[in-house]
Amino acid sequence: MRRFLTGNQAVAEAVRLCRPGVVAAYPITPQTPIYEKLSEMEASGELSGIMMRTESEHSAMAACLSASLTGVRTFTATSSQGLALMHEMLHFASGGRTAVVMACVNRSLALPWAFWSDQTDSLSQRDTGWLQLYAEDNQEALDSIIQAFRIAEEVLLPCMVVTEANFISHFMEPVEVPDQEQVDSFLPPVSLPRRFDLDNPGYVGPVVDQVQYREFRALSQEAMTLSLEVARRVDRDFREVFGRGYGLIEAVEVEGAELVLVTTATITSTARHVLKKLKAQGRRIGLVKIRLFRPFPTAALRAVLDQAPRIAVIERNLSLGREGIFCSELKAALCHSPVRPQIQGYLAGIGGTDVTPEMIERIIGHALSRPEAGDEPIWIREE
Amino acid sequence: MEPLKSRPPEVMGSGHSACPGCGAALGMKLVLQALGPRAVVVVIPSCVSVIAGPYPFAAARVPMFHAAFEIAAPAAAGIANALKVQGVEDVPVLAFAGDGGTFDIGLQSLSGAADRNENIIYVCVDNEGYMNTGVQVSSATPRFTWTGTTPTGNTRRKKQIMEIMAAHRIPYAATATIAFPEDLAAKVRRAKELKGTRFIHLLSPCPTGWKTAEDASPKVAAAAVETNLFPLYEIEDGLKHTLTHRSQGLPVERYLSLQGRYAHLGPGEIEAVQAEVDRAWAELRRRAGEPDPQASR
Repeated sequence: MRRFLTGNQAVAEAVRLCRPGVVAAYPITPQTPIYEKLSEMEASGELSGIMMRTESEHSAMAACLSASLTGVRTFTATSSQGLALMHEMLHFASGGRTAVVMACVNRSLALPWAFWSDQTDSLSQRDTGWLQLYAEDNQEALDSIIQAFRIAEEVLLPCMVVTEANFISHFMEPVEVPDQEQVDSFLPPVSLPRRFDLDNPGYVGPVVDQVQYREFRALSQEAMTLSLEVARRVDRDFREVFGRGYGLIEAVEVEGAELVLVTTATITSTARHVLKKLKAQGRRIGLVKIRLFRPFPTAALRAVLDQAPRIAVIERNLSLGREGIFCSELKAALCHSPVRPQIQGYLAGIGGTDVTPEMIERIIGHALSRPEAGDEPIWIREE
Repeated sequence: MEPLKSRPPEVMGSGHSACPGCGAALGMKLVLQALGPRAVVVVIPSCVSVIAGPYPFAAARVPMFHAAFEIAAPAAAGIANALKVQGVEDVPVLAFAGDGGTFDIGLQSLSGAADRNENIIYVCVDNEGYMNTGVQVSSATPRFTWTGTTPTGNTRRKKQIMEIMAAHRIPYAATATIAFPEDLAAKVRRAKELKGTRFIHLLSPCPTGWKTAEDASPKVAAAAVETNLFPLYEIEDGLKHTLTHRSQGLPVERYLSLQGRYAHLGPGEIEAVQAEVDRAWAELRRRAGEPDPQASR
């Protein structure tokens, strides 16, 4: 059914349709409406399972990962400080090979205090062993949650679906909310290992030696590599059932382009709009949207960017002392490309500022005007 | 109190990684024996998780989860809720946490779980300091105590965890020690019969940290009880206090003198401890509706 929903509402609808066993959460702006909506659904009997209103995000993740080890489908949502507080538990959830699914609504990290979109909160969790999917709009947020449960439960790694403060969380868009039967046909009832088996008791999470630790890490890395293929297959299956799909990345008109923009999340929509206009003017500008950040889709990106002469990465996050995080990741991914592309990073939208079509045009002009890309990121500000 | 008629089956296996004479290992054994093998157990980094064994060994014959330091309560609650969703409601979920994981770093999450009245049994294995990392002060360390981080004696007083738990109005909270195994077993069985958050404060002497002989743990624990320093009692619904043992009311020196961690104490300090114990004991007797404490001395 087509409904007019905020991104947060769309996420809550997706969670309801996935029939979770345990949801644990704690309020934080701008995620809170997800928590409230799920509470309403619980009160009306629409939401299955048990909701735990914990005293912190840290405990919410502790409860989710423990419930996941017990064998039930689990969900939580957070943002910013809440995600940072969870950090220790994120390592725990992935090391324990749980299938927790979380919505992270990107929000700037304090200090200074602010409430607007900035991807540094989720990107700071890069090395925790979570899969990360970045959504461009409300529909993709809803769809990605449903996909996330399938992927996480198959590879036994937790999955984060990342949306953006305000641009997704609080903006209303028409969203296709699937039927329960459709979701049930796509997402089977949970079938996770039940780690606390009374008839065959084991000890989950004991102390290991150096070699054992290394080998557990190797297994997790294997699962991460496998999840690239699983995520691709799940998205393909999703398209068959629902008629929509997203891929691990999306490439638009990259063939023969003089410049390819690389974006994530909502900046992508603005870039699409600009490129449409430029195409009408005969300009050959391509676009690559990165949807899956962990595991990083290196092969998929190389397949579309290996021949690109120039790349401009436009992003709303910053690793202080370096550059935008997607830019660093992309440079590393393309370092074996036969044609060494010129990759320039642009910091646009930091702090949740608007990234306007005019700014993107300015970035295109700048990238094409310079013979070589620089090592330092370029800040894009209002003129 | 009913004496144990037959020995219940052992849930702890032979062989564990505790120090010789460890009170916590004995405490774990007694708790698990009373609880029975149909239970799920959460341990956290503490002496308890060391005792539980290194991979691929396990000291207990129950499914166990070695969770993180500050999440004993929410991890147990997550498991309990997941079991409920799966239709399993007759399997108790018990968390073992040390005093550091309870009084200090895990207090917030324990309070949250108690506030929600999560269906868990929480056993604080209190050896009055961070003993797993050596011997460092925690907020469960009594006043004047030597530890590695209070080399001239602890200046803080022991946090009153039972009062904190009672203030949450949880269905059941009790103190216990390894020196009174029947009392301990009865409290575990009582906790098992109830639903909601149940808390057991288990005093567990530590030969390494308390500087006592390897065979002294039961004797030291008994002295803590008989000097009223650690009275045995239970609190129902946060209000109804019941003493479960008639203590001999011995002077605290009889307890302190058994331990090297108090070797530096002078008469003034011992007197201060005695005065504090007397005040706390009188207050507990009042809450339990017992006659004037002086009458029993």
